[in-house]
Amino acid sequence: MNLGVNIAGVQFENPVMEASGTFGSGVEFSEFVDLNKLGAVVTKGVANVPWPGNPTPRIAETYGGMLNAIGLQNPGVEVFCKRDIPFLKKFNTKIIVNVCGKTVEDYLEVVERLSDEPIDMMEINISCPNVKEGGIAFGQDPKCVEAITKAVKAKAKQPVIMKLSPNVADITVMAKAAEAGGTDALSLINTITGMKIDIHKQTFAIANKTGGMSGPAVKPVAVRMVYQVANAVSVPIIGMGGIMNGDDAMEFILAGATAVSVGTANFMNPTATMDVLSGIENYMRMHNVEDINQLIGIVK
Amino acid sequence: MKYKEIVTVISQEQIATGIYSMWIQTKDIAKDAVPGQFISIYCKEGSRILPRPISICEVDKEADTLRIVYRVVGKGTDEFSKFSVGETTQVVGPLGNGYTLENRTALLIAGGVGIPPMLETAKALNFMGVKVFTVCGYRNNELFLKEDLEKYSTVIIATDDGSVGTKGTVIDAIKESGVEADVIYSCGPTPMLRAVKQYAIENDIICQISLEEKMACGIGACLACVCKSKEVDDHSQVHTKRICADGPVFYAQEVEL
Repeated sequence: MNLGVNIAGVQFENPVMEASGTFGSGVEFSEFVDLNKLGAVVTKGVANVPWPGNPTPRIAETYGGMLNAIGLQNPGVEVFCKRDIPFLKKFNTKIIVNVCGKTVEDYLEVVERLSDEPIDMMEINISCPNVKEGGIAFGQDPKCVEAITKAVKAKAKQPVIMKLSPNVADITVMAKAAEAGGTDALSLINTITGMKIDIHKQTFAIANKTGGMSGPAVKPVAVRMVYQVANAVSVPIIGMGGIMNGDDAMEFILAGATAVSVGTANFMNPTATMDVLSGIENYMRMHNVEDINQLIGIVK
Repeated sequence: MKYKEIVTVISQEQIATGIYSMWIQTKDIAKDAVPGQFISIYCKEGSRILPRPISICEVDKEADTLRIVYRVVGKGTDEFSKFSVGETTQVVGPLGNGYTLENRTALLIAGGVGIPPMLETAKALNFMGVKVFTVCGYRNNELFLKEDLEKYSTVIIATDDGSVGTKGTVIDAIKESGVEADVIYSCGPTPMLRAVKQYAIENDIICQISLEEKMACGIGACLACVCKSKEVDDHSQVHTKRICADGPVFYAQEVEL
């Protein structure tokens, strides 16, 4: 059985990754998951300097999902390169570093700092709903998406994945803009902006007032967007949004995703990534499919 | 070492209004648990996706069982309270760092559902031969765990309504009783911890406090449950520490409340 997939020339042992921000740099989850068995580790977003993140409470549970507004707390790219990359290099998995910033210059500083590091790809987060500047501001305007993609591509030595926001009227417009900017791949969806009110405290459930919604409740939205984007652009897609098991992952692959990321499910079960992987294998056995690539985007 | 296990409920009992005591059979979690640590308990109802972090109240290492005493505060804990004997669920633990037990007279200060972790703490300190005082703040005369705590410590009570012991706060009860000790171990609501920290500073007593915050992963990856740290933290490179992984127990002077 072949589970290997190729994205922009990078060969992955299998299509299962985890979604940025749910897995740190893998250190904590390595007590539960053999990182060698993941197609890739996608790190939490890293900026040019340390970011303190948002006030607490930063999360709230919702029906079949959750809201988060962590605010991209991260230790900055210097510490990340010295501490997290050497840790990940101990494993036989691909390393995708998620990059965040407040200005184009911030993003480029991180991209340049990472250019000679032994990482496989960069995922550019232009879609975080929880930071005031940068993040989603870039991801909601196609001109900005194209410009930042071009700027990143001009500096990056590794293939680039642009991570798209679902908080737009037509996600294919953003996908086409990223493709026009020269992106090597796309990942989607980031979280959907939401809100929860604590009716007894009569205030917002999270301090940031709004947060990014994730978890199984968002999956139909994510599958729809992956399908739309897969039929609008020709670059490969990493699909994510509420994947809890192999069947969920197969929906994304059949809709057009070359790989999948497991996010919020890691909180419900620290070994969720392995369950997704074995679920995909079971599906392939059940349907007598030898190569996962035969299933990508076949539902038209 | 942290374990993900399917545990079995051995007993379940309501011990006060809205407060339940549950013993669970673990495989390895209880063996490794120390006082002040917690476990993540997962709901079986699929719409509730996040684990509930609950402090460890008591451990029986030989039988590999542990006890949690928890308040029903929402749908998740309500689900736990309806688990019957023999039922199973997913648990990850033991999590967090626990208290650093010192061989000096101990003052345990706790309020409400901050009281449960004091039982294993008192038991361990008593086993070490340390003199232990436990000051408990309750809402009223429903003094859950008081008799358990009395096996290992001298218990001093404060109640909000004055029905038992000192009417007022745990600090009022400490002052009224005149109790003195070398090390404070504390767990409870943040306003109480703030007062305990202040008391410890004024009296120059070493003070360890256990914090809580909304958690997602429970193992230090997601950065949801942070607290403010006095110094720049080595892991975060900013003034935050992870309650689930760097805590939940901190020296009071390390953190801003």
